[in-house]
Amino acid sequence: MANLPKRIIKETQRLTEEPVPGINAVPHEDNLRYFDVSIHGPSQSPYEGGIFRLELFLPEDYPMCPPKIRFLTKIYHPNIDRLGRICLDVLKSNWSPALQIRTILLSIQALLGAPNPDDPLANDVAQKWKEDEKTAIETARQWTRTHAMS
Amino acid sequence: MAMSSDEEYGSDQMMSDDELDADSLGELAGNLDSDYDNDADDDQFLENMRDDKPQKPAYEVDYTTLSDAELRNKQKEQVEDVRHILGQPVEQTAILLRYFKWQKERLIDKYMDDPDKVLEDAGLGAEWNDDPKLEKVRGFSCDICCDDDAEMNTYSMRCGHRYCADCYKQYLENKIMSEGESGRIQCPTDGCSRIVDSKTVRLLASPKVLARYGELLNRTYVDDKPNLRWCPAPECEFAVDCAVRQTELHKIIPTVVCNCGLRFCFGCGHNDHQPCPCALMKKWLKKCEDDSETANWISAHTKECPKCVSTIEKNGGCNHMTCRKCKHEFCWVCMGPWSEHGTNWYNCNRFEEKSGEEARGQQAKSRASLERYLHYYNRYANHDHSAKLDKDLYVKTEKKMTSLQSSSGMSWIEVQYLEAASTALQQCRQTLKWTYAFAFYLQRNNDTYIFEDNQRDLEMAVEQLSELFEKPADQLAASRKEMVDKTAYVGHRRRILLEDTANGLRDERWQFTTDIR
Repeated sequence: MANLPKRIIKETQRLTEEPVPGINAVPHEDNLRYFDVSIHGPSQSPYEGGIFRLELFLPEDYPMCPPKIRFLTKIYHPNIDRLGRICLDVLKSNWSPALQIRTILLSIQALLGAPNPDDPLANDVAQKWKEDEKTAIETARQWTRTHAMS
Repeated sequence: MAMSSDEEYGSDQMMSDDELDADSLGELAGNLDSDYDNDADDDQFLENMRDDKPQKPAYEVDYTTLSDAELRNKQKEQVEDVRHILGQPVEQTAILLRYFKWQKERLIDKYMDDPDKVLEDAGLGAEWNDDPKLEKVRGFSCDICCDDDAEMNTYSMRCGHRYCADCYKQYLENKIMSEGESGRIQCPTDGCSRIVDSKTVRLLASPKVLARYGELLNRTYVDDKPNLRWCPAPECEFAVDCAVRQTELHKIIPTVVCNCGLRFCFGCGHNDHQPCPCALMKKWLKKCEDDSETANWISAHTKECPKCVSTIEKNGGCNHMTCRKCKHEFCWVCMGPWSEHGTNWYNCNRFEEKSGEEARGQQAKSRASLERYLHYYNRYANHDHSAKLDKDLYVKTEKKMTSLQSSSGMSWIEVQYLEAASTALQQCRQTLKWTYAFAFYLQRNNDTYIFEDNQRDLEMAVEQLSELFEKPADQLAASRKEMVDKTAYVGHRRRILLEDTANGLRDERWQFTTDIR
């Protein structure tokens, strides 16, 4: 990829040289804009112990436009829907070109630690979360065990 | 100032467009024809009637149409006003006003209480007077593109977040051209709420982007002010200024005419829907959306079970019906209970039986409400359809006008009555259409009779005029006088109807079957 912007090269370099603990992002060899990502579930959350796989793509306009990110591992979370799409402000209206892949992935990790059922993407999950948080968290734990620990 | 004279001109023209129609028509006819005295008298008579009530008609509102330049001027004026009170430069005052949605008093109040806080909230912060500059900074590396060329131009606002000029420029272009933002663009740094001021945009953006920025800023002005609304016509760039508030919409239907010619409701932005208030109009449209065709079909193909009123479609078989829901057995033809039919089920001959009558009566009741709706809907739809045909008619009118000019030797100005008639026809159809939505929700009382009389008179006059209009071109010349008369008459009937309904709304005299607040 001759015309890969300097920004992406630098970011990729930094991601491999100084990796963020609990987060791993590796670009595809044949497409350096496409990353395989894995995020460790934060401790003290129902996702603890799980490793969640995501895909990340840097569109043509990056960094003027946010990267496109999606969960590949099934996850029970009020802000992540069945297709793995994520409801997170910095991925949409609050994106800033000064943000980076690493900051976005950290935000996603933080979202796992602090679900926000008041701004839901998966309505059924969010409702469960608000009505009966205990059971919801238990379900999230179970999903983590079955889908994110193999 | 040039502004005010423009405005006056606009409002004069707008306020009395109905009267203008009738008047210019009268004049025109007077010039054409010396036997025209009769109608001129009529007009005179109407004029006198109007003199008794010096105010404008109850169904009209005061408003002005504003062009792009006028909108810009208005903003400038307000900025000028406030800038001296706050002692702030123009750029900064504009940002403050936009931040406060152009509520001057609130801005001034808040500013007097705590200027620093207001400035900070609006993304400004202290000292701000110098012109922004591009700088070359040694050893700088841009966080967006990661470039670190020493010869690279860089820029930062007062917040100190520095990026290379190219990235800044691209960022602004993206925000302005793709996201349509203008007054609320923040510093590219995540979490920095400083708003990008117009000086910065002017320094960095290309002329194309800058022009768009100006347009968008203008737009936020109209969007922020409750007394302004864009004309909804495609590609129309005018805005309308009208003082009617959203909370008054149950009492008045603020209908305005844009300079582009579109007649629309200032309250909701929908095409002219007088005399039907906005709330009813919305309810009606919603009802028509879900109901009309279905209702038609239900009416044509189904009956209700005489016992539980479930709707039943008979899709074959004999007349011995058993309701799926309540298991009631009845005869499809006479609606009486099947038990009374004995063994004659091949042919129902029990029409006059009492029990059958009762069942039919019950069915009739639920049917009646459907029929009622369809009654109004069909008339509404008919006028809607005719109004659409009128658009074609308008094109035909022009052709007729030319052919009339050549065949009768009349001058261009002499055949203008055709256009006047066509315009009047369209306008009246639009009004008539909405009278049916209005009537659907109206509770029956004495006022209703007056309304229905007015509606009938207008409808009759419209149909007569419409008929005249359909005549072949060679006969059109002969019916000119009649046509001019009818045109004036339908306009008059329309005004009477609108005046009555508007007064009723204002006085809250109409009783509706639904809440219109």
